[in-house]
Amino acid sequence: MNIYVLLKRTFDTEEKIDVSNGRIEDESAEFIINPYDEYAVEEAINQRDAHGGEVTVVTVGDEESEKQLRTALAMGADKAVLINTEDDLEDGDQYTTAKILHAFFAEKEADLILAGNVAIDEASGQVGPRLAEALGIPFVTTITSLKIEDNTVTIEKDVEGDVEIVETSLPLLVTCQQGLNEPRYPSLPGIMKAKKKPLEELEIDDLDLEEDDVEQKTKTIDIYLPPEKEAGRVLEGDVDEQVKELVSLLKNEKKVL
Amino acid sequence: MDFELSKEQLMVKKMVKEFADEVIQPRAIEIDKEAKFPVDIFEQMGELGLLGIPFPEEYGGAGADTLSYALAVEEIGRVCGSTGLSYAAAVSLGASPIYYFGTEEQKQNYLVPLAKGEALASFGLTEPNAGSDAGGTQTTAVEDGDDYVINGEKCFITNAGYAKFLIVTAITGKNEKGQNAISSIIVPADTKGITISSDYDKMGVRGSDTAEIVLNDVRVPKENLLGEAHKGFNQFLHTLDGGRISIAALGLGIAQGSLDRALSYAKERKQFGKPISSFQAIQFKLADMAMEVELARNMVHKAAWLKDNNKPFGKEAAYAKLYATETAFRNANQAIQIHGGYGYMREYEVERYLRDAKLLEIGEGTSEIQRMVIARQLGC
Ligand SMILES: Cc1cc2nc3c(=O)[nH]c(=O)nc-3n(C[C@H](O)[C@H](O)[C@H](O)COP(=O)(O)OP(=O)(O)OC[C@H]3O[C@@H](n4cnc5c(N)ncnc54)[C@H](O)[C@@H]3O)c2cc1C
Ligand SMILES: Cc1cc2nc3c(=O)[nH]c(=O)nc-3n(C[C@H](O)[C@H](O)[C@H](O)COP(=O)(O)OP(=O)(O)OC[C@H]3O[C@@H](n4cnc5c(N)ncnc54)[C@H](O)[C@@H]3O)c2cc1C
Repeated sequence: MNIYVLLKRTFDTEEKIDVSNGRIEDESAEFIINPYDEYAVEEAINQRDAHGGEVTVVTVGDEESEKQLRTALAMGADKAVLINTEDDLEDGDQYTTAKILHAFFAEKEADLILAGNVAIDEASGQVGPRLAEALGIPFVTTITSLKIEDNTVTIEKDVEGDVEIVETSLPLLVTCQQGLNEPRYPSLPGIMKAKKKPLEELEIDDLDLEEDDVEQKTKTIDIYLPPEKEAGRVLEGDVDEQVKELVSLLKNEKKVL
Repeated sequence: MDFELSKEQLMVKKMVKEFADEVIQPRAIEIDKEAKFPVDIFEQMGELGLLGIPFPEEYGGAGADTLSYALAVEEIGRVCGSTGLSYAAAVSLGASPIYYFGTEEQKQNYLVPLAKGEALASFGLTEPNAGSDAGGTQTTAVEDGDDYVINGEKCFITNAGYAKFLIVTAITGKNEKGQNAISSIIVPADTKGITISSDYDKMGVRGSDTAEIVLNDVRVPKENLLGEAHKGFNQFLHTLDGGRISIAALGLGIAQGSLDRALSYAKERKQFGKPISSFQAIQFKLADMAMEVELARNMVHKAAWLKDNNKPFGKEAAYAKLYATETAFRNANQAIQIHGGYGYMREYEVERYLRDAKLLEIGEGTSEIQRMVIARQLGC
């Protein structure tokens, strides 16, 4: 089975993030594999181990993304592809990424493509579905279980906390949700072997694309941090008084009732 | 000159950091309080290949370098001194002597399971009457037919209660000058005549197993001799040189952990209407702590680099061990101070750092012994 994983390098939202002039400061941020993509990598490895084949991890990024690709290789993926847009593109959006990936996959015979449910930076959840649409293959988002028997694929999908069971077939694209699996730590031997695994680097003209073909469809006006959390308020008096005050606050001050 | 870690080294550091934060950190208070060796954590570390980091693949290791190993010890030490000590001892004292001095057959038999994390070994050098003066060993191994018969007592031996086998030093004869000659012998822990008891009630590193070993007419075949006969003294000096890098890395981890906790506490804690981190008295403490952590790190990395490049590293390992462990103690002490009364409580973890750090100034050569090693290298 030819298994592909779409992986994005993103900043760690649990570490400190500095924003200035509507941009995130790369210098101060910590970068990681998008956590949802880690589920995708883990699932890809498990499916390969169960059904045979090969796992290729693909990213659209820059030179720095090699670190995250190597980590996926250390976890157990077989090959990696870096589509480096550093020199060709100033900016991009989900359209750009999906368009580039479409050009990449046009030549490939992918049986299964796994992506994260969303990337935690921009959280659009669009790249996977857009790519599947372009390739004309079925897709299922936010999956929490994936069983493949011959050509029949049975999927459990998270729908706002409930479970929907979907049956479909290969080739297929899925986006992975928390609960699908427990991503492994890359092992020491895995890390050492990753060094020797193939990592192919492409630019958009290797995919016969021009800058104009992938020009973004949206414009980011501003990026800013959420307001700092304010200190909580402790209500006083006996319980009756506190309840009364709470209701009045919710009604009059917060206007949620 | 190049101060950058390689991609693999960065990956090792990141992986071990995540493992330490997610798996070990939540258990650190319990490990200390209950003084219980976390067997399951060591199993997981074994599966991740951490116990075989610096050994070649042909012996079940990962084929990484000493620097990667030091990074791993640092990251574990940052969250749990007990786990860090047992880890460093397992690799540097339990497995390394077999890698350095063992025959091919001994490496296959003993190093492979250690590197794969399937077993632990201990290094039994210290005795009730031979600590800093490890050459003063009193344990004897007498040849009897095809066997050695060993008698004696070892104390403070890390991991012995969980070890599959022990490397013990013993007197096997006299050298040309008429002094006692020492050899190292591999002894399976379940050999008849061995009693191992882990009854010490320790100040720190409480979750690291520390045991007393009594050897009473313990018989092992002569092929269990590690390397050459009568070379035990030089063997343990070499082993301890390497071990010092790992204890230094452990000290570095505790020093870094102390700084991290002190810094984040100082930013949150408000007194006199301001975060205490805005007071110069606290800022200067934090500045000193951060500087010393970085200096210790440079020394640890340099010693590891020298070892990896097959250059003499004994003096630098002593510098690193001495400086990093004394920094750990100072930083833990300051971290408690910055936490005020809360720092004195177990829940805030910095008092544990101080208790754990204290051991590092004693084990694998006390601070005084490090200064002696350095002075000797200076030609004194
Ligand atoms: C938790 C723990 C784990 C340990 N694990 C191991 C292990 O796995 N294997 C092992 O073999 N040992 C182990 N040890 C033993 C450790 O290496 C010794 O405790 C250490 O070497 C010091 O020896 P000692 O305790 O006999 O102290 P002593 O040697 O009696 O030292 C007492 C004091 O005298 C000083 N001193 C001694 N000689 C001199 C000198 N010539 N000049 C100046 N000062 C001097 C020392 O620096 C120290 O301050 C462990 C110890 C502990 C506490
Ligand atoms: C075992 C124990 C028994 C105790 N018993 C009693 C008792 O019987 N009665 C009682 O009332 N209290 C008692 N205490 C509380 C004790 O007095 C306080 O812990 C102590 O005054 C420090 O206050 P704090 O812990 O809030 O630390 P903080 O005041 O938060 O101090 C944290 C750190 O900031 C530093 N700092 C604070 N302000 C400044 C500044 N302006 N400039 C520079 N540095 C500053 C401090 O020196 C310290 O290093 C006890 C505490 C303990 C641990």
